[in-house]
Amino acid sequence: MTGAEAAQVVLRLDRITKSFGKLVANDAVSLSLHRGEVIALLGENGAGKTTLMNILFGQYTADSGRVEVFGHDLPPGNPRAALDAGVGMVHQHFTLADNMTVLENVALGTVPLWRPRLDRAAVRAKIAGLAEDFRLAVDPDARVGTLTVGERQRVEILKALYREAKILILDEPTAVLTPQETDDLFATLRKAVALGLSIVFISHKLHEVMDISDRVVILRHGRLVGEMRTQDTDRHALAAAMVGAEVSAPKVAPATPGAALLRLGEVSTPDKGNAPGLKSVSLDLRAGQITGLAGVSGNGQAALADLIGGLCAPKTGQLDLDGQALARWSPRIAVQSGIARIPEDRHKTGTIADFNLTENAILESYHTPPMSKHGWMNWTRAEIATRDIITRYDVRCPGPETRIRLLSGGNMQKLILGRVLEAAPRIILANQPVRGLDIGAVNYVHSQLLEARARGAAVLLISEDLDEIMALSDVIHVISEGRLSPEFGRGTMAPADLGVWMAGHGFEEGLAHAS
Amino acid sequence: MRLEPIANPSLARTILPPAIAIAMTVVVASLLAMLAGANPFSVLGLILKGAFGSKFAALETLNRATPLIFTGLSVAVAFRARLWNIGAEAQLYAGALITVVLGTGALPWGAGALLPVLALGAMLAGALVLLVPALLKVRFGVDEVVTTLLFNFIFLLFISMLLEGPLKDPMGMGWPKSERLIAEARLPRMMEGLRLHWGFGLAIIAAAVVWVIQRRTTLGYEMRAVGLNRDAARFAGIAVNGVLIKTALLSGGLAALAGFSEVAGLKGNLTLDLSPGFGYTGIIVAMLALLNPLAVVAAALFVAGIFVGADSMSRAIGVPTYLADIMLATALLLMVLAILLTRFRVVRE
Repeated sequence: MTGAEAAQVVLRLDRITKSFGKLVANDAVSLSLHRGEVIALLGENGAGKTTLMNILFGQYTADSGRVEVFGHDLPPGNPRAALDAGVGMVHQHFTLADNMTVLENVALGTVPLWRPRLDRAAVRAKIAGLAEDFRLAVDPDARVGTLTVGERQRVEILKALYREAKILILDEPTAVLTPQETDDLFATLRKAVALGLSIVFISHKLHEVMDISDRVVILRHGRLVGEMRTQDTDRHALAAAMVGAEVSAPKVAPATPGAALLRLGEVSTPDKGNAPGLKSVSLDLRAGQITGLAGVSGNGQAALADLIGGLCAPKTGQLDLDGQALARWSPRIAVQSGIARIPEDRHKTGTIADFNLTENAILESYHTPPMSKHGWMNWTRAEIATRDIITRYDVRCPGPETRIRLLSGGNMQKLILGRVLEAAPRIILANQPVRGLDIGAVNYVHSQLLEARARGAAVLLISEDLDEIMALSDVIHVISEGRLSPEFGRGTMAPADLGVWMAGHGFEEGLAHAS
Repeated sequence: MRLEPIANPSLARTILPPAIAIAMTVVVASLLAMLAGANPFSVLGLILKGAFGSKFAALETLNRATPLIFTGLSVAVAFRARLWNIGAEAQLYAGALITVVLGTGALPWGAGALLPVLALGAMLAGALVLLVPALLKVRFGVDEVVTTLLFNFIFLLFISMLLEGPLKDPMGMGWPKSERLIAEARLPRMMEGLRLHWGFGLAIIAAAVVWVIQRRTTLGYEMRAVGLNRDAARFAGIAVNGVLIKTALLSGGLAALAGFSEVAGLKGNLTLDLSPGFGYTGIIVAMLALLNPLAVVAAALFVAGIFVGADSMSRAIGVPTYLADIMLATALLLMVLAILLTRFRVVRE
């Protein structure tokens, strides 16, 4: 019919099915990609997008189904064959060697191991050509370890193009980018499409999908539930198709902020490897208010969360709780001071996978009555408390004896919520509280945070999702390289304005003003 | 081929692989017995008979199991918190050392006062021996596998020096051995006329106490949390380093009780061959028991039975006792594999 559909089919997935145990990650998914086309693969976390692409790229083997590239079957479970067939993948987590230069990273794996010398001039010329053609500005002699996240992503794309990829798969490429960097990426992708490449773009951000794609394919619970041309749809329809129901943004009443419960006064903390520490950060967390912390991942959010969570102490500056300077600071003191901590990584720091629900539910309270007395555990009381959390926070599980590793991310998060909110905390540190959760769990977590705010709790919401920050926060700060922006009131900043701060601009001005 | 974790292993999944591991161990032992020119059935039969076939044999096995229960518990406690104590051997000798230093007449008390003091003194010595590597680990990140392992050799040479010098028995005809304990410092037999001393009873009590600590106390909860996920434990407010130090003290103390029990219950003096590697065998015992303190008792009986039975079998038909070592090594390796198979399924690509 139209030009796009008449174009050559470069990639065809035919009834791909893959299960992990009882979970069906992909259920007979078929799709085709044409030359010069951008398909957006849309779906919630856990919908099966990444699994499907890993099958295409040969990292998983499908239980059944076929992958066809340029009319030829791709042997299953063989990434090398996928590469040779012209499929290039840019993973969510980069696969670059930090201690090597851009040029070496790009050439890595393309030269046989027994070749004693790398023909740098030839590689350099080819990289220069690609950088020119695709608008990928990267210094080939820079060490990857010194590059920003956006630059690293360009290296990944360069790597795929260097191997003559004709089909690019980008797995959540914008998750780590500022809005400006995202624009640059999209410019590159448009160039690539103009030069005849085809792109599969995995995302759950609707406006990006609308922006870049020609066609949208929607996965839900491993099944393909919708396929439409981007020009024929809108964000609202996509969101509905993605979650299977109409979604509504949370309604947030204006806040009535009270006194500052926790106050950071020009706090600095040491850097931790690549992760920057805080650079003279001053921040007030006020009662009855949600403070949003926006920023690109790895810009000091971890340092701030560690500080408030009690895992590290200020190197300089001071921490005031209810106007009292804190002399000693530890996770336990933080908990006892009424700080509820929802950790960023619920698998690694929030729970102990091989502990059961009861043991996980009492992690912060086991040393106090009624969970224990004089060093003796009272498991009966612990189990009663856990059952209470399970009911009140709707944790779907076989019972308190279940090992928590068997629970889904959402139910795990609900248990953590129960654990930290049960004590009616005055301050809540919510670090990426909805990352990886499905929409139902997301709404639940958000409603809990709003409820706590209504009770008069001070909430610090750290998130990389600007939409989430803007929807929930009464005031917003942006963090960049450990520096904190001034406070912005609700609705005073557009995403693009925040993006400027996220990219690290605006601080110089502020600093000049301060000195 | 690749391993996929099993969410909810069935009962058969949990029991079958370890059972097959034991069966395979028997098969390997049979093959070796045939290689040595003996009938495998009579070899296995003789091992079984030598270990449990008579009252004498069974008591011998229980005596042999006693130090292994202590060292097995020591390792199980430490490994549960992911403190890799390979130094139970040194801690055992530390316990033995205190027992002979205090028990050869320095404290002229009755048994009722002396024995508890000796046991506690031994535990304290063993605890201190493991405290040093544990402090190095939490302060400077020094790998405790290296320090505890190497300290075994240092401590054995130290004992050797003492036995050639200040502790040497003047009536010992020049042999490097200590004076004998006074009668009040000897552990009595558990029953009149039986060659089984109270060290075994103490070992059983220790296993029960460790089980209670792990299951019923906040310290046990902290130890398990630290062992399973140190980051989450620290985040929740558990003082990880403090727990590791407490674990080290308990683990070292348990291993030292093996030395106390061997000297006060069996040998009566300290020599350099007090332990034929009880500290290292304790690792096998703890692993076979999946670090469960009650299962340590059963595992220690199994291991002791193989040693005692193989000795007896060797005397009867001349197949070397090294068969016992091979059987234990095979059992350990297969058991590690079996444990893996209870939790993972092998998928062919």
